Amino acid sequence: MNIGWRPTAAERNLLPEGRMAGPMPWVIAIMMFLTVLAAAAGMSLAVGAHTLGNQLGGRITVQIVEASPDAREAQVAAVITELNRTQGVGAVSRMSEADMARLLAPWFGAEGLGPDIPVPALIDAELSPAAHARIDRIAAAVAHVAPAAKIDDHAAWLAPLAGLVRSLEWLALALVLLMALATGCAVVLASRAALNTHRQVIDVMHLMGATDIQIARLFQRRIALDALFSGLVGLAVAVLVILLLGERVEGLGSELLGSMSLPVYAWGILTMLPIAGALLATVAARLTVVGALRRML
Amino acid sequence: MAGVRSRKGLRLSTEPPGFQASLPRSNAFTPHARLCDGGTGEEPVREGEDAGAMAGIVQFQNVGLRYGTGAETLTDVTFTLNGGAFYFLTGPSGAGKTSLLKLLYLAQRPSRGLIRLFDQDVVTLPRARLPGFRRRIGVVFQDFRLVPHLSAYDNIALPLRIAGVEERDLEVPVQEMLNWVGLSDRASARPATLSGGEQQRVAIARAVIGRPEILVADEPTGNVDPEMASRLLHLFDALNKLGTTVVVATHDIHLLSRVPNAQMIRLERGRVSDPTGALRYPPPPRGQAVS
Ligand SMILES: Nc1ncnc2c1ncn2[C@@H]1O[C@H](COP(=O)(O)OP(=O)(O)OP(=O)(O)O)[C@@H](O)[C@H]1O
Ligand SMILES: [Mg+2]
Repeated sequence: MNIGWRPTAAERNLLPEGRMAGPMPWVIAIMMFLTVLAAAAGMSLAVGAHTLGNQLGGRITVQIVEASPDAREAQVAAVITELNRTQGVGAVSRMSEADMARLLAPWFGAEGLGPDIPVPALIDAELSPAAHARIDRIAAAVAHVAPAAKIDDHAAWLAPLAGLVRSLEWLALALVLLMALATGCAVVLASRAALNTHRQVIDVMHLMGATDIQIARLFQRRIALDALFSGLVGLAVAVLVILLLGERVEGLGSELLGSMSLPVYAWGILTMLPIAGALLATVAARLTVVGALRRML
Repeated sequence: MAGVRSRKGLRLSTEPPGFQASLPRSNAFTPHARLCDGGTGEEPVREGEDAGAMAGIVQFQNVGLRYGTGAETLTDVTFTLNGGAFYFLTGPSGAGKTSLLKLLYLAQRPSRGLIRLFDQDVVTLPRARLPGFRRRIGVVFQDFRLVPHLSAYDNIALPLRIAGVEERDLEVPVQEMLNWVGLSDRASARPATLSGGEQQRVAIARAVIGRPEILVADEPTGNVDPEMASRLLHLFDALNKLGTTVVVATHDIHLLSRVPNAQMIRLERGRVSDPTGALRYPPPPRGQAVS
């Protein structure tokens, strides 16, 4: 039973196999190009934010700024004990002298500091999300055992960035949806134009007993094929741009941008976009054509 | 079957050659229709086909047609067409012949009145059921309305393709129709490259390939010389002899004498005037003389 989405072999010969009229294929190609870029940007932002959040979100650094080395060591020990006792805190580690020296090298030179210049002690700790929610109580407990301790919550300075990233993700999603809408409208216009161009043929076919579904099939098939082809062109160009951009980003060597490369599933989604576009075009064409035919006798 | 080869190469015969072999005479209407799935299940149930013995295949009762808000183009049109008969529709230009035919081939709904086709009310027929009825009616349009991007072959195949006939089942009937109208050597020609008379023959072949129960032709001889006109009439007559009800609209009263058993419907300013009285008194069966 033919439910009216696939033309029979016989029907394929009924309309001229020309391409969509005018600039419509280009419009669809450009739309698809922009859609793929927006989707890629959105997904890489999401991926980047996720990795960044994983790396930094659950971590705190406790600084102990104490001039006297003995008092400093005592407080460090107290803080480590306190943190190890706290539920939801894992992997507490003191940053080694060597690491500290490496961090400070850009400012103080490769030889580092003399032993008599006091350097704060740094303790890294990983917090579970539950523990992170109780960060104030943990801070209070730490302050209690080590008055010189200052807690640096990475999530706190990450928060504005995370907010920005989230807004950009929403923006990308909105762009993708808007572009889908615009593509749909373009297809509706193209279908109407095609109907007008072939109005006489349609009238004749109607009078020979062609059903609306038969006629709609002819149009939607051509428009779907055109939309698929244009969409693939748009996708190809967009992928090229994404790959070139990726190379540039790698050249930068930035950790933040580097974490934004696209995972395999994201590439899968991007390649699905032209197919989704063709489906959207098919449905839009079908609805337009059937709607227009209903108004004829 | 002795085909007469005419001077211009148009083969004419009393019976279209292919029709005997491939289209057996029966109420089955068209063997191709049997193959079709119609795509949509919109094929109407053929009611009253045997019982009516093809009588009263078309009935108009007090039909009025008004375009927009103007005066009525057709007023109180009442007549009955008998199945298997041959009718001429005549009348001065602007009398409403084309308008009446449009009602008949379901391109237009009347403003009022009752129209029955194949014993079914078609005025109130839902849109979705129109295709099934239209497939039983062949139309030769005044301006041919061939599909410009399709070859003669594909134009003739169009009704069968619409009816869902498979490609492999098309070849034979289409070739036969091409032969019948003498255009087998022009099968791949586009309409634009065909002469007026050739286009007309393609249009006629397209109208009859589905073996319609009713053949409607609007001024089919309007653009051709008298000789061609009488040949085309021969084609219609041959079809009529196979049982198709034929309705031909024409200005040309000379044509009327060419089909002995034909009856005439005369339209005058949108009303049926019936000079021969043939409509009120149904004609004697075929073969008997009309007095
Ligand atoms: N689509 C239409 N809209 C408005 N008026 C129309 C339309 N079609 C026909 N008419 C009018 O209806 C009247 C009858 O037209 P119709 O075409 O039926 O005449 P006809 O008998 O076929 O004429 P002809 O012999 O010249 O072909 C004319 O006055 C015409 O102007
Ligand atoms: Mg006319």
